[in-house]
Formats: sequence, structure tokens, C-alpha cells
Amino acid sequence: MMGSENQGFEEAHLYASKEEMENLVLDEPLNDNKSHSNYRSALSSLADTHHPLSPPVAATPADSDPLLAPPSYSDFGNPSIHDNSYLDPPSYADVTFSPFDGDTGNDINGIESPSKSSDNSGSLSRSPSSSSEYIKITVSNPQKEQETSNSLVPGGNTYVTYLITTRTNIPEFGASEFSVRRRFRDIVTLSDRLAESYRGYFVPPRPDKNVVESQVMQKQEFVEQRRVALEKYLRRLADHPVIRKSDELKVFLQVQGKLPLPTSTDVASRMLDGAAKLPKQLFGESAVAPHEIVQPAKGGRDLLRLFKELRQSMANDWGGSKPPVVEEDKEFLERKEKMHELEQQLSNASQQAESLVKAQQDMGETMGELGLAFIKLTKFENEEAMFNSQRVRAADMKGLATAAVKASRFYRELNAQTVKHLDTFHEYLGLMLSVNGAFSDRSSALLTVQTLISELDSLHSRAEKLESASSKIFGGDKSRIHKLEELKETIRVTEDAKNVAIREYERIKGLMLDDDGI
Amino acid sequence: MITVRSVSGSSQSPRSPSSQPFLSVSVTDPVKLGNGVQAYISYRVITKTNFPEYQGPEKIVIRRYSDFVWLRDRLFEKYKGIFIPPLPEKSAVEKFRFSAEFIEMRRQALDIFVNRIASHQELQQSEDLRTFLQADEEMMERLRSHETGIFKKKPADLMQIFKDVQSRVSDVVLGKEKPVEESNPEYEKLKNYVFELENHLAEAQKHAYRLVKRHRELGQSLSDFGKAAKLLGACEGNALGKAFSELGAKSETLSIKLQKEAHQLLMSFEEPLKDYVRAVQSIKATIAERANAFRQQCELAETIKLKEINLDKLMLTRSDKVGEAEIEYKELKAASEEATNRFETIVRLMNEEIVRFQEQKTVDMGIAFHEFAKGQARLANGIADAWRSLLPKLEVCSS
Repeated sequence: MMGSENQGFEEAHLYASKEEMENLVLDEPLNDNKSHSNYRSALSSLADTHHPLSPPVAATPADSDPLLAPPSYSDFGNPSIHDNSYLDPPSYADVTFSPFDGDTGNDINGIESPSKSSDNSGSLSRSPSSSSEYIKITVSNPQKEQETSNSLVPGGNTYVTYLITTRTNIPEFGASEFSVRRRFRDIVTLSDRLAESYRGYFVPPRPDKNVVESQVMQKQEFVEQRRVALEKYLRRLADHPVIRKSDELKVFLQVQGKLPLPTSTDVASRMLDGAAKLPKQLFGESAVAPHEIVQPAKGGRDLLRLFKELRQSMANDWGGSKPPVVEEDKEFLERKEKMHELEQQLSNASQQAESLVKAQQDMGETMGELGLAFIKLTKFENEEAMFNSQRVRAADMKGLATAAVKASRFYRELNAQTVKHLDTFHEYLGLMLSVNGAFSDRSSALLTVQTLISELDSLHSRAEKLESASSKIFGGDKSRIHKLEELKETIRVTEDAKNVAIREYERIKGLMLDDDGI
Repeated sequence: MITVRSVSGSSQSPRSPSSQPFLSVSVTDPVKLGNGVQAYISYRVITKTNFPEYQGPEKIVIRRYSDFVWLRDRLFEKYKGIFIPPLPEKSAVEKFRFSAEFIEMRRQALDIFVNRIASHQELQQSEDLRTFLQADEEMMERLRSHETGIFKKKPADLMQIFKDVQSRVSDVVLGKEKPVEESNPEYEKLKNYVFELENHLAEAQKHAYRLVKRHRELGQSLSDFGKAAKLLGACEGNALGKAFSELGAKSETLSIKLQKEAHQLLMSFEEPLKDYVRAVQSIKATIAERANAFRQQCELAETIKLKEINLDKLMLTRSDKVGEAEIEYKELKAASEEATNRFETIVRLMNEEIVRFQEQKTVDMGIAFHEFAKGQARLANGIADAWRSLLPKLEVCSS
């Protein structure tokens, strides 16, 4: 019915390609070894370069397929955290979580579990080439527990705790294997404290609180989703060369019972505290504690400082004159622009990756449904067969159905792999958040410096005025002299604060130089 | 593509085209005519034949969809018992009516329709077919408009319709709720088979259509993803940027492959399945006709019995109405015989048709499945090749 020669030729070609495809599968173990050595050598060269983003994407083929691999954060140097950081897990993360049919479940799980829990890359040791230190963290065993204290409601408040097991050979930990139970709130505390302690670094963002999802999703699914997210987060922290040695993390991983880190207070109570302090500040005792200077004004209790910095930033934007200290590093500004553009494209690519995954999933599903429909048809024709032609047709249909069902399974496998690899985009987006966090740390530090300098200027001119005024009165004006002395004291304190702020700003600048410089 | 080229005398294969009788038709060249709401598509119908009844070896006419409908209806009337090949549906959504894809699907279906008629031993002899293939456009239009509307049937048939209604009403009145049906277990089995088959096929066709859509969606995703990858590459420099734009370009290439395959899938797999569904629906129409014929036969038999009794009564009473009654009786007898003949013809034809149908469908489906598998294998290979060819370019980047 169709040109039979063409048909034969094309089919022969198809069968030949089939062999090729099988050969490709056989080759994979070889690729595996090759890629490992690539990885190791790439890693050692990375330790020298400290380039934040470019090499790792290309240079870390940790999996058997040397196309893409999850990046090593440790290679970037010093990620920083932002306490507002959040990143919705990609919607196609559901693909990894959705329950598969019983008979395909084993296949898929067999392939997925490496990426889920044990994580190939983890065992390949992402730590810098300098040592063979490792920390391996596992999150498991979620359990419901009851809020013991002051529960007005009988049956009380329940929450979920997760078992966090650590295996390490880092001496500072004092032990090689230990476990502890933590709840999500503890993670929030940990992440906030790290943000404060490691300002200016690229600290990985913590998992989202997902308040809406926790109500809407099935409890089991939600808990599992959170468990995975927590594990990923803790592993990233452990990979970070500076943070992994932090006290906060150590305490979090080791100390039994209640987490001994100061909890973050919510916005409302902070505002209340700030409001309580305000009158004292306005009436003259505006001493800004140096240790607070090194934190941004926004998250703190000092309302007055907040107002002043806000005023300063408006003066920067709208005022005629240039502020005393500016972001002069042109290279930094350029890089910031580039980062912004990169972030946009990453976000776009991540979105498209999501729809690609969805399209593949749909394809697999529909293919499977088609196969099932034909299986039903086959059964029907066989049962009702009155003619031989029907049996022949039924046999053909069965062939088609079986192939369709197999194809459907392959699509699922494909998707699992795709999700694993394209998830990289999403992780990079998370990194972008950290980078943005670091950038805004730098900006807010700069703003603090600018504000303090402006304030010093105005304090100095007030002092001058007072001096000239009181010098006109012979013998001095007792009250004015008193005021002058107070003012001089304030100037001294503010001068100190200014110096601390400048040091902080320079420190953050220095961190970035380390990261960005090639 | 499924094309059914006609072979006259189904048991013989043509030796040399010139000596064996043949009738070959093709439906081509869809052209949009008219404006606005009145717009329609016309097709060129080319006939090549050496049948003596035809005007010449080749004839080209212009036909539109409603002409095909006319042909189908005439054949359905005249050849009860034969499964008349199905027509594609009347147009669906307005917007879709003139899309290139819809037009091509319809053209293919119409081509198959005419060719099936032309290769059917009995149907190919039809005078209506000859008219359809040869009449000029004005004549065709006259015939077409004459047949439209509820007055499709000739007056004699109208009477029959009234009689049918009448008898059905009397049945209900007399408490006979179900119309009389054959009590033939094999036939029952066939009827059940046909009805269930339609359900199964409709489901398979639904999934096939969805699969076409999925191919299109995947193609679109790959295209969007490719573009995004290229833009991302533009942000990076040198080797990495190049890698991304290679990735993006490959992705876009694959998108095109997928769209092509989607179209193939639609024409070579989904359409044949839909055609199968339509064919089964046509069988259902024939089943209804058979039921009608059976009922007529039964009723006439009943009526005759009554008339016989009446006639005997009249003869006994030596009524002068005897003559009339005898004439009536004779007419009824003739009608009854005719009805019985009609019914038995239908039964005979159906038995032949069902064998032919099953064999034809096995062939059609075999081809459709083959095309499906070929298309998917081709696509999978294409995709694998594309990604494989990308690997060396990426490895350069990662070393």
C-alpha cells in the first residue's frame, strides 16, 4: 500500500538504531569512571579559582551522564543567608513525590532514591579538595509530638519532629555519629542566627514555611516533602566550608533536648520593644550599641535608627547632593547588573523546565491510558471473536498495547531523570537569593555608614553653633556648657559607631572581592 | 495514509490495468469558495475507469460535502443490508472549520469514502454513484437541494412511515410494549458485540486524540525551554554560554520533530480509529434497518392472517364484499412477499458484510498500528540522536 522499498529501508534503519541505543546504555559505566576523574580534577582547579558560578555548572559531572550535575556550594566560597529568604519548591517536585503504580514503583524508586536520600554527590564528597573531611546528615523518622507546657486546649498543640542523624570525622564535633530530634521551628531559629553571624556570606536559604500548603496538603505528603527539603538544606549547610564549622550548626546537630539558640522574635514584639525605647532615644540618650550596628536596621528593635536610615536613603535617592560615601566599585555595580539579568533568565529557564517536565509527565500518562484502552479492546475482541480476522486483529492490538504501556514507563523514568537534572536551575535560583541577600547586606551596611556620617556632620555643626553661642556669653552658659558636653559625648559614641559600621562595610566588601575576583 | 484503491471483482487481482475492469477515484484540491457564513470547501473528484456504463475513461467534477452526504443517503436507501462506508462528521466549531488540518482530515476521509464504495462489489454498480461521479455541477445542485429537508423520502415511503407510526402506537395501546424483534441468538450476539465495540473504540480514539495533543504540548515546551536556555547562555560567557545555546538549539530542533510527529499521529493513527468508530455506527444504522424490515414483515404476516379470517367469513356469508376483499388479500400477499424478500436480502447481505468488515478492519488497523509504531520509533531515535550529538559539545565545555 505504501512504497514497499521505502518502508523496508526505513524499518531497517529503525532496527539498526535500536542496536545503537542498546549500545549506548552499555557504555554508561565507562562514562561513569571518566566523569569521576573529570569531577575530581575540576574540583581541585576550582579551589584555586573561586569563581562563583561559571565552572561548577560545566565542571562537575558527578552522575553517570556528564550533562549537568548539582553544583557544589562549597566551591563558591561564602554563600550568605537572608532571613527573608524563601524559595517555593518547584511545582514539578510533585513529580518526584507522586505515588507510582505498584508495578512501576520499584523501577522508579530504584532510580530515584539516589537523588532523594542517599544522594550520589553526597557520597562523592563535595568538600574542598584540601581535606578528606566529611559531614553526612540524614533527616528521617518524622513523629508527632505534643506541646507539653501551657496548653489551654485539651489535646493541646501537636507538632512534628524529625530525627537528624550526623556522621562526621571532623574533630571539632567530638563524636563520629550522633542524632538529635528537631522541629521545623528550630530550623527557622538556626537559619536566623546564621544570617546574623554570617552577614555578607552566601548562606543557603532555608526551606519555606509553606503555611498554606501545610493546611491543604495531605499530612503524610506534606511531612515527606518537608523532610526532603530539610535534608537538602542541612546538607548544603554542611557543605559550606565556613558554616559547617559554626557553633550554631554544631549546637543544632548535637545538643539534645531544647535548642539552646536564642529564638527570633516576631515583628510585632520587636516593634513594641522599639516603641518602648523610642522616648528615651528622642530625649537625648541616643547611644547606638556597636554590636547592633553590624546588623541591618530593618530586623532590629531600634526604631529611631530605622527612621534615620530611611531618611538617609531618601536623601540619597531624591536629595541634590551626593552622600559622603558611595558605592564606588564600578565592577561591583556591573556585576550586580549581570546577576540581576542572570537571575531573570534562571527564573525563566526554571519555569520552562517545569512545564517541560509536566509535558513529559502528561505524555507518559496518556500513552499508558492508550495502552490500557487497547488491552481492554484486545480482551473484548478475543472473547467475542466469531471470525479469525478478529483474532488476528486482537493479537495486533495486544502488541500495540504492550508497547504503549512500556513506552509510558520509559517516559516516567525519563521524567525522573529530567527532574533530577533540571532541578539544578532551581537550586541556582536559590543561590541567587543568597547572592541578592549578600548584595543587600552590603547596601544596608553602606546605608548605615552614610547615615552615621550624616548624623556626625549634623552633630558637629550643632556643637559648633553651641560653642559659638556660649562663647558670646562671658564665663559660659552653664546649661549650654552642659549641653555641649553631652553633645560631645554623643559625638564620640557616634564616631565609634561610625567606625564600627565602616569596618563592617569594608568586611562585607572584602568578602565579595574574595568571591568575585578571579 | 490509508488509501483503498478499488479492485473490481474482489476475488481477482488485476493483471493488466487495461484489460481488467477498474474504477479508481480520488478526492483532491480542497478550495474555499463563497464568503462569510455561506463559505464552503469544494473538492475536485477525479474518476478513472473502464466500466462501460461510464461516459469515458476519465472525468473530473467539483463536489462539496453535502454532495457526498446525498450519495451516502441514496446508497443507504437503496442498499439495505450493506454497511455503507461512513462519512466524516459535519463541521464542528466554526473557527476550526477552515483550518488546514481539518480540511486535510476531511479530504482524506472523503477520499476513503468514495474509494470504499468504488471497490465494493455491489455498491460500485450503483447508478447514484455514476451520477455523483459524472453529473455536472448544476445537476448535482438540483439533486442535492431536492433531497434536503424532511421530504427526503418519496411519497410511497412517507406512507410507510405513517403506517409504522400507526402500528407502533397500536402496539402500545394494545399493551405490546416492545416492538417485535428477531429471536436469533447469533444475531443477538452480533448486536451486543457491535454496541460494546463502539464504546471500546470510542475510548481508544479519545486517548489517541489526547496523545496527539500531548505531542504538541511537549513540542511547545521544548521550544520554550530551548529559547530560555539560549537566553541563559547569553548571560554567561564563552564555553558555558555556547553550551547553553547549543542545548537551546537542539531543544528547538526537537520541538519541530514533535510537531511533525503529532500531525502524522493524527492522520495515520487517530483518524483511522475515528473512521473505525464511524464504521461501527454505520453498522448500527443497518441493524436498525434490519429491525424495521423484520417488523414490517411480521406486521404484514399478522395483517394477512386477519384478512384471511375475514375473507373466509365473507365467503361463508356470500357477501358482495368478497371481490374487494379478495383483491385486497392478493395485494397484501404480494406486499408480504416483498417484505419477506427485503428482510431476507438484508440478512443475507449482512452476513456477507460482517465478514468483509472484520477482514477490512483487521487490515486497516494493522496498517494504523504499524504507522504508529514506526512514527514513535522514528521520533525516539530522532530525540536520542539529537541529545547524543550534543554530548561531545558539552564535554568540551566541562573539561
